[in-house]
Amino acid sequence: MKRIAKLFAPTAALLVCFAGCNKEESQPSPPAQPAKGVKTKIVFIPKNTGNPYFNQVAKGFEEAAQALNIEYDTQAPATADATSQISVIKDQVQRGVDVIVLSANSPDALNETLDQARKKGVVVITVDSDLTGNESHRDVGVLPTDFSKIGLAQIDLLGKLIDYEGEFAILSATTDAPNQNAWIAGMKDALKNPRFVKMKLVEIAYGDDEPQKSSTETEGLLTKHANLRGIISPTSVGLAAAAQVLENTGVYAGGPKAKGKGIVLTGLSTPSQMKKAVEKGVVASFQLWNPADMGAIAAHLAVKMRADKLTFKPGDSLEIPGHGTITVGDKNIVIAGSLITFDKSNIGKFDF
Amino acid sequence: MGLKKMLFIPLIAVLLAIVGVTRSMPQLMDVRYLLDSSTLYVETGLLALGMTLVIISGNIDLSVGSNLVLTACLVAKLFERGWSISLVLVAACLLGTSFGALNGIMVAKFRLPSFLVTLGTMALYRGAAQAALGPASIKLPGGFKGIDQARLFGLPWPVLIFFALAIGFAYLLHRTFLGRWIFSVGSNERASVYSGVPTDRVKISVFAITGLMAGIGALLLDSRLGVARYDVARGIELDSITIAVLGGTAIQGGKGTVLGTVSALALVAFAKTAMGVANVKAEYQLTAMGLLLVLAVLLTNLAGKFSARAIA
Repeated sequence: MKRIAKLFAPTAALLVCFAGCNKEESQPSPPAQPAKGVKTKIVFIPKNTGNPYFNQVAKGFEEAAQALNIEYDTQAPATADATSQISVIKDQVQRGVDVIVLSANSPDALNETLDQARKKGVVVITVDSDLTGNESHRDVGVLPTDFSKIGLAQIDLLGKLIDYEGEFAILSATTDAPNQNAWIAGMKDALKNPRFVKMKLVEIAYGDDEPQKSSTETEGLLTKHANLRGIISPTSVGLAAAAQVLENTGVYAGGPKAKGKGIVLTGLSTPSQMKKAVEKGVVASFQLWNPADMGAIAAHLAVKMRADKLTFKPGDSLEIPGHGTITVGDKNIVIAGSLITFDKSNIGKFDF
Repeated sequence: MGLKKMLFIPLIAVLLAIVGVTRSMPQLMDVRYLLDSSTLYVETGLLALGMTLVIISGNIDLSVGSNLVLTACLVAKLFERGWSISLVLVAACLLGTSFGALNGIMVAKFRLPSFLVTLGTMALYRGAAQAALGPASIKLPGGFKGIDQARLFGLPWPVLIFFALAIGFAYLLHRTFLGRWIFSVGSNERASVYSGVPTDRVKISVFAITGLMAGIGALLLDSRLGVARYDVARGIELDSITIAVLGGTAIQGGKGTVLGTVSALALVAFAKTAMGVANVKAEYQLTAMGLLLVLAVLLTNLAGKFSARAIA
């Protein structure tokens, strides 16, 4: 018995220590009461650390923070696991933040934790990755761009580059990628417009977002379609692989082995991934949304909701300096901005 | 006795850390918050208790995390079929125990290395969980959710359950025949066989008990998250091995205490919580935890060598 007592004495001591702390702490940390002139404390929790895409979102926050009365910080989990953000959220609530801006790693594994945070008066805003199907567990969701307009924008961009005339193909990711398929449907829809009547979609190839397969598929497109004028690859893996194939074969527009006017390649990717291809002239221009828009808009929304105590519902609109008028859509979703077209003239200004 | 004392190194470190750090950080001196945060580590702690027995017996169980996730997913499926909470509680314990026992049977009866067996079942159980649920998730009934927010005598239920089980484990390991046999199998299996220790039954028992911990952990996880998914609790098996080893359990088997494991869990949970509130970036948190582990292993082993020399 003596030894059992000895074994558990330290455990008991630990509990006593906890109990002892209890006295010093009389009530749970009070939810911050926002007053005029008090800074709104915002924390941005990306999916994981070391992700250049989220660094760009953070840049939007930092720029907005200079104009707004906010105290901004960012804290990310080491991995993008479904539950890795739970402890980060709890710790930040305890630190006394007013607003949590989150790029959710899971559409529902954070539900309970977010509810607890909101019960303590913390405003929860999602950016880039929403709690799809569980929108009631956050206040507002900020999404990068209007995905329904991407198809038209891409066709229009290719059209400009090939004078709205000629055969083109699409190099996509996997056959069942929801975003890809929605964008391809948007492209097909856009082609019904008389402006694009001379442009003809000859094939949709799938590179499965694997560099090797994407290269092979691109080579296949080049051999199968002698009159091909353009390729659209709305995925960064596909676009990079296709650019490499065009560079190696030299058949790009203006390339050493170009037949006729050569092949024009465009699509969606980040500037850092395509910088070399653009500088070499293999790719003239491509598009993407600017992740920084989401940071800036989330920062403004945070201040409105916390310091000015506004709540938003679908149909509301508000003016955000530098971003025009933003309308709150269905399920409190806010669209941050429109696509940016990158080319030689502006690609140096972006680092994501 | 020198060795026994060394096992208290993690514990002393916890106490020093708690006293030192809470003084300098007002936001951390909030016992409600500390208790709330500790609920995040209970599932890992339960697995670490089981892992302590497995490692002392000279084995390893890499499948505990997958077992926990598979059981958690099956629990949600049972709720979907309209099973009552009490029935599901029993089913979860039985499921976890049988998945664990299956490891034990393969290790004991087929004489396979536990590393290989559980490497296989780790993939098998996680795969089965994904096959059962797919990328979707199942929401759990309201009456079952939120055990981490429910309190008794001011303590969260998962923490109470953990301490109750830890006391049970300490009794089992340090005060019963089975406990003595576990040490014996881990120190010298052949000698144990000759001295009449039912080694097969001992091995199956430690894996089954660990499975039971995974079953209980599955219930706590489901209740805490409110949803069941196949992609949660990744890496929890390594965390539980880390905690057992940090607590002084010898990876070669034959040595270890429950108190060491409990202290190591408290240390890890406290260190992570403190760093979180102090806003330490994730990469530095990883570095600090790694350093802590290396130091603890070095200290325990060096001290062990010195005391062994002193005895000799």
